[in-house]
Amino acid sequence: MTAPATPLVSGESGGPRPELIGGTARLPGKSKFVVAAVLILFLLSVARATTNSPDVTSSGTFGAALRLAIPILLAGLGGIYAERCGIVNIGLEGMMIMGTWFGAWAGWQYGPWWGVLAGVLGGAAGGLIHAIATVTFDVNHIVSGVAINILGAGVARFLSSLVFTPDTGGGITQSPGIQGHIGKFSLPFVAGGRILGWRSPDVSGWLERRRWFFLSDLGGMAKGLTGDISLLTILSVALIPLSVWVLWRTRFGLRLRSVGENPSAAESLGVPVYTMKYIGVIISGGLAGLGGAFLVLISSGIYKEGQTNGRGFIGLAAMIFGNWMPSGVAVGAGLFGFADALQLRSNKAVHALLLMVAIGLLLLSVLWALRRKPIRAAVCAVLGSGFLIWFLTSNRVPEQFVGFTPHLVTVLVLALATQRLRPPAADGLPYRKGQVQ
Amino acid sequence: MKLRRFLLTVAAPVSAIVFAIVLCSVILEAAGYPAFTAFHSMWTYGNKTSSLISIADRAVPYYLSGLAVAIGFKMNLFNIGVEGQYRLAALVAAAAGAAVTMPAFLEIPFIMLVAMLVGATWAFIPAALKVARGVHEVISTIMLNTIATGVSAYLLATYFQEKAKGKNIDLVPKTKALPKSGQMPALNRLLRAIGIHIPVGSDLYGFLVVAVLIGIGYYLLIWRTAFGYDLRASGVNPFAAVASGVNPKAMVIKVMVISGAIAGLVGMSDMLGFFHRYTTDFPTGIGFTGIGVALLGRNHPVGVAVGAFIFAYLDRSAQILDLNGIPREIVTIMQGVILLSVVVAYEVVRRIGQAQETKAAAEAATRLEGPAPREPVPA
Repeated sequence: MTAPATPLVSGESGGPRPELIGGTARLPGKSKFVVAAVLILFLLSVARATTNSPDVTSSGTFGAALRLAIPILLAGLGGIYAERCGIVNIGLEGMMIMGTWFGAWAGWQYGPWWGVLAGVLGGAAGGLIHAIATVTFDVNHIVSGVAINILGAGVARFLSSLVFTPDTGGGITQSPGIQGHIGKFSLPFVAGGRILGWRSPDVSGWLERRRWFFLSDLGGMAKGLTGDISLLTILSVALIPLSVWVLWRTRFGLRLRSVGENPSAAESLGVPVYTMKYIGVIISGGLAGLGGAFLVLISSGIYKEGQTNGRGFIGLAAMIFGNWMPSGVAVGAGLFGFADALQLRSNKAVHALLLMVAIGLLLLSVLWALRRKPIRAAVCAVLGSGFLIWFLTSNRVPEQFVGFTPHLVTVLVLALATQRLRPPAADGLPYRKGQVQ
Repeated sequence: MKLRRFLLTVAAPVSAIVFAIVLCSVILEAAGYPAFTAFHSMWTYGNKTSSLISIADRAVPYYLSGLAVAIGFKMNLFNIGVEGQYRLAALVAAAAGAAVTMPAFLEIPFIMLVAMLVGATWAFIPAALKVARGVHEVISTIMLNTIATGVSAYLLATYFQEKAKGKNIDLVPKTKALPKSGQMPALNRLLRAIGIHIPVGSDLYGFLVVAVLIGIGYYLLIWRTAFGYDLRASGVNPFAAVASGVNPKAMVIKVMVISGAIAGLVGMSDMLGFFHRYTTDFPTGIGFTGIGVALLGRNHPVGVAVGAFIFAYLDRSAQILDLNGIPREIVTIMQGVILLSVVVAYEVVRRIGQAQETKAAAEAATRLEGPAPREPVPA
């Protein structure tokens, strides 16, 4: 297994972009971004109003979406740190599992913030193993990652059998409850947060209750995203701009990315390639571990076996969707988190989602037709009509389908979006010190 | 030289297993359990006849799963989706088998054919996504595993479930049982004929024969056909393969479909030999184990068989640990450690081999041309 692991996308790569040298992150054009967001919210309000299922845009749904998006976001950011230095990290899932176990253990023993720290360290330990295998021993990145996923699950289960004995109130598949809570925060004047004990008006909550087209949906979104959010959520969201700054504005970030683009050139300029790769992969594991700790400390309050449920992989998909950019990962994670939230909130909301997907696909089809891409237009039209017929001829989505909504969305989004992506040039390639390119 | 290379190749998995035993011993001792007792009891228990038969029965699905993964690995194609492929295939094949009754020589091949078709179809999805849209198969196959679980739960509950008779409530949803002709006879008589005493309750499933045939077929396909040559070439050097006229996209589709067809057979051993139907109790996780088995066996049919045996042996012999009050989850760690250390060991062996070749080449060059001329001594 010494052949190069193929990078996770085989789309056309457009050659090096000036971004690496120029030092500017290629953020999506802000106006384009806002337009897309408004359009999506508009589609959602249409779906909400026509199917009369308020859960589609309720503050509860958006709050849940945010909570569910954070672990995916953190895994995706972890993926960026690894792949920007050239190491494909399929092991994110296993590192996340380590994060859940250690987060739960320390959270149960010492309190939630220790759980956060332990989760990060647990994930980082997984990252270290991955780095040893892939950087020092040149093992195929995907092979090593798969092995780490198996190992992570095994270690968590073994440790559970040792530590979470029945007399603690836990068991082999779950931990005892976490002690204490991580604080929460509401934005004053938007979501009714408190300033020095004075309760400010809850504008978005008031708007949400009016059931006005679009405005109430906007209110629901604002309330869900700014009301009653955990401090750990805020910390995690802050990691997006922090990562942009670290990777594109610091010397360390330039070196890390140069290793992922052209390690030989980086080495000739005196960059310690192996060290940079080790650091990148360990940070990657730490972030995945933080994602795991978040699942335990915020989402469920205990460790449960299998609770990561493929989120490490979905994070990786979010990273690809986001074109190896923190902001792109954030959008991807939000999308998957939203799909997950809908399936948890109500069946009716998922049913309404069918309508939205149908409209979206049909719009896309028109767009492709205008750009004279008949095949793409036809595929989108067929898929869109299929969803539309499904929506019109049924009252609900079968229970068994609801659970895999985010996974299906992942496949669909990747299928529709992977064409204009550019992975780091040396992503997944083996590198030996002193090798000629 | 050939013997030396063989020894080096064998040294890798052996040292990986030794390393795993040592590491797990340290872990067990650190956790306060007697490591020697653990491994000793595993060894004694694992070598009983009843255990060995059970190990063979477990090894067959692992072997097929390993082969399904291995054929992809041969060209750096990662089919992580064997899990979903075999489960969906087992469900549909069970339903199809229960729906028709034919003589055994038609019924059993029919069930297997349905399973292979379903597995191949499910594997075709990620292949098509990769070829047409550039979606990496690792992500899509993993997502399709979850989707397959949901789809099969839906199909079972909506179309294939056997309705409970009378007022009994079925706790475990299951399909109708296969007709008698769809039940594969065990190989117990064969074992008795060669003088092995079979304990009560042990059955060596007949599907073992099919697995061996598939293994031989795999060998012939990969190493004795033009297709196999193209496949290996695509794995070693995709650019050279393309230059020699291989169509990489067609290759991806073909290999994934074959891999999915083999994956479809993974559940057949248990189904035709024991369950005779699909239930939600059907064994899970075999697809993921297959990845480890393929890695351990270096994608070679004999190596994969050894890998499948080792994993099955560990699974079975771990059952005794509970009786001794030792957590048997140590075996899961052991499997993971074996996996990771074996790939590292193969890499180390490869480097040693490379260094030796370099040395041998240098020596040969010296013999031919004499020692390198010395630099003239400056006056």
